Amino acid sequence: MKLLLIITGACLILSFIGDRRKTALGLKKGAMMFLKILPTILTVIIVVSILLYLVPEQKIAGWFGEESGFDGYMAAALVGSISLIQGFIAFPMAGVLVQSGVSYPVIAIFITTLLMVGIMTMPVEARYFGWRMALIRNSLAFVFALVVGVFMGFLWNLF
Amino acid sequence: MRFIKKHGVNIGIIVAFSLFAGYSVYTDYLPGLEILKGNFRTFITELISMLPLMFILIGLFDVWLPKEKVQKHIGAGSGIKGSLLVALLAFMQAGPLYAAFPVAYTLWKKGCSRFNIFIYLGAFSTLKIPMLMFEIGFLGVKFSLLRIVLTMPAVIAIAFIMDRYYAKKSFEIKSLQ
Repeated sequence: MKLLLIITGACLILSFIGDRRKTALGLKKGAMMFLKILPTILTVIIVVSILLYLVPEQKIAGWFGEESGFDGYMAAALVGSISLIQGFIAFPMAGVLVQSGVSYPVIAIFITTLLMVGIMTMPVEARYFGWRMALIRNSLAFVFALVVGVFMGFLWNLF
Repeated sequence: MRFIKKHGVNIGIIVAFSLFAGYSVYTDYLPGLEILKGNFRTFITELISMLPLMFILIGLFDVWLPKEKVQKHIGAGSGIKGSLLVALLAFMQAGPLYAAFPVAYTLWKKGCSRFNIFIYLGAFSTLKIPMLMFEIGFLGVKFSLLRIVLTMPAVIAIAFIMDRYYAKKSFEIKSLQ
């Protein structure tokens, strides 16, 4: 948090010295993006808060925590492959899930499949590249996302 | 007006939750108070303090490094230099993966190699500089670095496998028009 404040402050000062008009334009663009995404983020916070109240943390940790093993990995990969969530919402959500006991490798699989595998958008992909390529790319991405998660599990406790 | 139309459901949920929160505080409704004082307060303070800073950075990034500049330099780029340029272009863009498909089509028409098209799609779905602030902010530097370092080889491997697969088959990208 402090680091973010320092980085933002430094960038802002540098940008302001460099070009005032560009800085103003950048701030305006940032503010617009922020306002556009705010209602969605608020909704996600509300829904997640209520869900986490209804589902006890031990259960979530059991499903997706350190001890969840392969089932947790697979579940995260499937959810990530099917979901259509933008990064601006996925990362805050993932942050909340980590606080509720979900392990980092599981989050890595969720994020990786979310970014790389798109089952819902496969028809769109197929129209550009054909079904064969869409199927191969998505399957490869799914498998490699699991591999990334497994390596993450090995490496996480080493550093 | 468009804003309200687009966020109709969200605004409905926010209003309903505000009413529920008000009711809970007013009547000392315990489950409501627990939600408000527990998870909700933690998440909201975290988000409200971090989000504006992140969007300042994203806005500044957007004006200082417009992606059109990089796009101009990608023509018949092939080889390592082409791969790097294509990856750089992908890193600078935001949006969901299907936003990458039309760009892939353009790159293909401009003479980008098949391998680099796969690199572009992979890079697009690995790392986005505007999003990096978000990832580090919410999940930490260690997670981001590990994830990126582990995903890069996967992207190259996928591109390699797919390029090999298409070595003796025809490969074509169609535009949607």
